[in-house]
Amino acid sequence: MSSTATAHHEHPENATLFVANDSRAHWHDQSLWFVRSKRDKAAATLPEWEELRVRASQIKQHTMSRLADHLEEFERNATKLGAVVHWARTPAEHNEIVLSIIQKHAGKKIVKSKSMLTEECHLNPYLERHGIEVTDTDLGEWIVQLLGQPPSHIVMPAIHIKREEIGELFHKHIGTDKGATDPPYLVNAARGELRRKFLEADIGITGVNFAIAGTGGFVVCTNEGNADLGVSLPKIHIACMGIEKLIPRAADLGVFLRLLARSATGQPITTYSSHFHGPREGGELHIILVDDGRSDILGSPEFRRSLNCIRCGACMNTCPVYRRSGGHSYETTVPGPIGSILAPSRDAKTHKSLPFACSLCGSCSDVCPVKIDLHTQLLTWRREIAVRGLLPWSKRFSMKLGRVVLGNTWLFTTAGRVGRWVFPLLPRFLVYNRLNPWGKQRELPPMPKQSFRELYRQRKRP
Amino acid sequence: MPRVGLFVPCYVDQLYPQVAMATLELLERYGCEVEFPPAQTCCGQPMANTGCTDDAKPLAEKFLSIFKDYEYVVCPSGSCTAMVTHHYEELLHGNADYEALRKKTFELCEFLVDVLKIEKVEGSFPYKVGLHNSCHGLRELRLGSGSERMVPAFNKAGQLLSGLEGIELVSLKRPDECCGFGGTFAVAEEAVSCMMGLDRIHDHEQAGAEVMTAGDMSCLMHMYGLIHRQKKPIQVMHVAEILAGRQPS
Repeated sequence: MSSTATAHHEHPENATLFVANDSRAHWHDQSLWFVRSKRDKAAATLPEWEELRVRASQIKQHTMSRLADHLEEFERNATKLGAVVHWARTPAEHNEIVLSIIQKHAGKKIVKSKSMLTEECHLNPYLERHGIEVTDTDLGEWIVQLLGQPPSHIVMPAIHIKREEIGELFHKHIGTDKGATDPPYLVNAARGELRRKFLEADIGITGVNFAIAGTGGFVVCTNEGNADLGVSLPKIHIACMGIEKLIPRAADLGVFLRLLARSATGQPITTYSSHFHGPREGGELHIILVDDGRSDILGSPEFRRSLNCIRCGACMNTCPVYRRSGGHSYETTVPGPIGSILAPSRDAKTHKSLPFACSLCGSCSDVCPVKIDLHTQLLTWRREIAVRGLLPWSKRFSMKLGRVVLGNTWLFTTAGRVGRWVFPLLPRFLVYNRLNPWGKQRELPPMPKQSFRELYRQRKRP
Repeated sequence: MPRVGLFVPCYVDQLYPQVAMATLELLERYGCEVEFPPAQTCCGQPMANTGCTDDAKPLAEKFLSIFKDYEYVVCPSGSCTAMVTHHYEELLHGNADYEALRKKTFELCEFLVDVLKIEKVEGSFPYKVGLHNSCHGLRELRLGSGSERMVPAFNKAGQLLSGLEGIELVSLKRPDECCGFGGTFAVAEEAVSCMMGLDRIHDHEQAGAEVMTAGDMSCLMHMYGLIHRQKKPIQVMHVAEILAGRQPS
């Protein structure tokens, strides 16, 4: 989300708008299902897939159980390699650190490879307010940047945008031919424009996929090589990472690299997995470790495992709700199942509808390469929301009523009998109206004359 | 002779008596002594899934007191079974009776395959059938392998159905996508829920299914609602009905 305050909407409201454009919603659903299917094929090529998931989950849980130690170990080793390590508790602190480094070098133009953390911190608008030009160099992220939108997916930021719309956007911004939709033509045009940005940049910013405590090095995975270019031309490299991005040893990396690209896009590995160990000759490397609420999540046993997340996006691709409501419907930096767990941890009141934007199908938990019990955590969040008194009145009331009626066998059977008798007698408009969301597109079930318990009683005494 | 307490989901008792009757007949056919304890109402899942743990707890306690003395508890619903076996822990934590109940509570197909060791169900069902894998049965009870996990393929309901004479189980483009019922989700997220349901129905239609079946009547209630409104010819039947020898109307 951009940092400018916009009116907040609950998920069902946004989802209803998205679904209203039926052909677009189906196009979105099928695009993401295609990625999910690619993931299935890639995962199936590894006989040890399920074992890898277990291993990855264990490594991450171990890391989280000793996160403070591993972070300090990382800091020591990264410093030894010549990097400067900064600690930021909040997005504001993170942004100030980035700005101070830029100002120290009198930087004006920044190239940035994909980093969900800098999205989370709203770094772009902050730097722009300070007169600094930031260019997102991941193609998808550049597209959404030109559109003035946040990414709608953490791996494929512009997955919600059609080719024709990109042609129009590029025509407007970089003068490609009007009506051009040919992907190689558009990509080449973008490459030409971005090359110029790379050459002009003073400083390169990247995210971090994995930081290795034991070596002080880190790895950035991209398919476009834009992170490498962005830190090879400028001399200053700022790497921004959430504190959960840590793994203990270099030997653990293979487990995650094998899982990440297969889960994310169905590739065996990302085109570029670039390792950084200290600054380049004559340059500077700054690593900013950001908390932004992660310590709070670490402190809650129920949600701790959400910090296992390696941001592959597989839970989004598989989520039947995400695919049909679009990333923007979540109004969070990270959308989909994992986003619906992370966002309420920061602000439960604003994001209270997200744990309910889920049919509890559990596909996310089974697809997750690091075995986060996503759908269970979403259910736990529902309980938290109820405990904190954030449930809407209608839900609270209906559940209390349900408890009373269902808690008493006589009340339950009587209510059932009356309902089955009365409903078929009612005129249609009394049953199917705007007070009955079930009936908007669905008929109610046929009402049988007798319940099972009545039939059972009769059957026993023929 | 296994002594079975028949656990009938509340809405099945009231709205789909034929499904519970088919379950009862099926269990008796395989030599079970089945009893329907009439005090039962609801397992409490609607409350628990809405986050209202306090409202679900008395229902869990009531359920335990009703069913604790049976040798087995069997239910024609993966979702309600999973509520008892997977989610009561939070409500009845540390209760020794619950520990015992958890181990002896089974979804119908699971009970037929794993406990009664039924390999082939006698009967005939000469129709093209689409099997909708209801989510909680699939991903919580593991009644099937699921398309996400890289494990050897299996499907307990599919295995039982495929033994029927004349049945043709059609292959779906998305073998185990959610139908979008999801309890209160069906009304709270009405737009997405209905789109999911229609997509699921289309998948069965394109595969040529004449009948859609599932282990959970709730999924079928939702999809029947959409089918009936759009006057589509495809029919819905619970797995228990097909296994018990019922035919489409």
